[in-house]
Amino acid sequence: MLSLISTMEGNVPRSWTPGMPIVSLRDVRKFYGSLEVLKGISLDVRKGEVICIIGPSGSGKSTLIRCINGLNGIQHGSIRVEGLEVNDPKLDVLALRRKVGIVFQQYNLFPHKTALENVMLAPLLVLKEPRRQVEERARELISKVKLQGKENSYPGELSGGQQQRVAIARSLAMCPDVMLFDEVTAALDPETVKEVLVTIKQLASEGMTCILVTHEMGFAREVADHVYFTDGGVIVEHGPPSELFNDAKDPRTRRFLSQVL
Amino acid sequence: MTQVRTETGNARPAQYALSGVSWYHGAILLLGFVIVFAAVHLNSREADATNLSALDTLSLWLPFILKGFGLNLLMSFLAMAIATVLGVALGIAQVSQLGVVRVASKFVTHLFRNAPWLVILFTVMYLLPVEATLWGGEKVIIPDWIKATFAFSLPVMGNISEIVRGAINSIPTGQWESAEGLAFTRRQTMVHIILPQCIKRSIPPWMNWYALLTLATPMASILGVHEAVGNAQAAMEAGGGRPEFLLPFYLFLLCLFFAYIYPIALWTRKLEQKYAVSH
Ligand SMILES: Nc1ncnc2c1ncn2[C@@H]1O[C@H](COP(=O)(O)OP(=O)(O)O)[C@@H](O)[C@H]1O
Ligand SMILES: [Mg+2]
Repeated sequence: MLSLISTMEGNVPRSWTPGMPIVSLRDVRKFYGSLEVLKGISLDVRKGEVICIIGPSGSGKSTLIRCINGLNGIQHGSIRVEGLEVNDPKLDVLALRRKVGIVFQQYNLFPHKTALENVMLAPLLVLKEPRRQVEERARELISKVKLQGKENSYPGELSGGQQQRVAIARSLAMCPDVMLFDEVTAALDPETVKEVLVTIKQLASEGMTCILVTHEMGFAREVADHVYFTDGGVIVEHGPPSELFNDAKDPRTRRFLSQVL
Repeated sequence: MTQVRTETGNARPAQYALSGVSWYHGAILLLGFVIVFAAVHLNSREADATNLSALDTLSLWLPFILKGFGLNLLMSFLAMAIATVLGVALGIAQVSQLGVVRVASKFVTHLFRNAPWLVILFTVMYLLPVEATLWGGEKVIIPDWIKATFAFSLPVMGNISEIVRGAINSIPTGQWESAEGLAFTRRQTMVHIILPQCIKRSIPPWMNWYALLTLATPMASILGVHEAVGNAQAAMEAGGGRPEFLLPFYLFLLCLFFAYIYPIALWTRKLEQKYAVSH
């Protein structure tokens, strides 16, 4: 299943220029022990693009997304983010993670900090920015995710959807160039799914580069520039949403879509 | 929310021995104390005029015994402070990424957790030098109570190390992941994210070990340290060493320690229940 577009194969130049893909994966293989979870994944994401990864549970979507910011290591292939090679033992992994924000299914807010403190902590500690500047940006981000008035609430006092929006704001506070979303609405009540999707949609419309793993097919169809269908650790099929959702070629894609649509 | 409170709140205290106490234990003890004193007092009144009654002897020596109890408290505070500092460091070392550090700290932790306190006490007594040289070069004799304090801190250190390790491991991995995703270093994650969340859940077992430590301090009397139990024994000797002294004196000591430990135990249980609800 490596036979993606032929132009995507080949060497990526060392230095990155804005015309090139901001994230670029080539033949990425990942093993857990002897279990091969990613079996040669290649994909490109251009700046400002929104791509969605869909596929059955266990197909390696989370693993793939976590490899992009170095939370998981890979055994073979290359992942480049703005010219940083993720699969380089000498990689400055913290520099990579400053460029790439990630939001998880389980929000994982820091429960002992208020919403505002959650958003402020990383810029203060990691970027070492002055507190006044950080607080100003954090308050802006909290209003951006429509949580004005909740600045001093603790995560335990917020609903799932509100917590997830704080998590998005927390990630954005680092001013990342790429955002990764791993099934961020999967743990939410149906009523609160929408408020999180609206936030992401707004982000996408502002030109943020987004890589989303999602089960919300309607949402993927609406926001994605490109959709990838994965199964068993390979990309089975990909294309613009109109093509993939209406006119899937592979029987596996069609079977999956018929189950979820 | 209230449902969680009753469910988890009732299930947890059984973990800690001291949490089993309740108010009527104190009442029973106090009643026993009063009855025994009354009996001893009535008996000894007609005994003979030359010897003081047990109660009079006790009240005569009361300041001496209480002064000894002050040393029990001082030893308990100092030992707990040492045990906490060393124990927290050891507990963090137990989850180090360096294998050598991890193995060494585990060894030290389990060595002191699984040794009888008396054996640790004697070992420390013989291992520590008689004198210490100060920065100025002058030599001072290390008092036995200091040595005993250090000895008592060691087993508690081992147990606090385990409390800290357990608390760190109980923090969901999602906390580590989201901190990692925000480009925190491991150290930043530990200091700002993980350890602050460990404090709350560690306080009840920590208090429990403080209570056990305080109860162990009379062991120092074996080595001639002038704490409450040793002083009470000395007072009985001085009063003529009469066998009818034994019950009131020891019952008094029991009440003394109980009066101090019991509120701590109740408070510990309260915190356990409170923290079982909110984290
Ligand atoms: N830490 C791990 N250790 C071993 N196997 C894992 C680990 N994480 C995921 N896997 C396995 O990798 C496969 C892909 O998992 P995942 O990336 O979570 O899939 P998805 O997100 O598409 O549901 C699954 O078979 C899963 O059991
Ligand atoms: Mg997943």
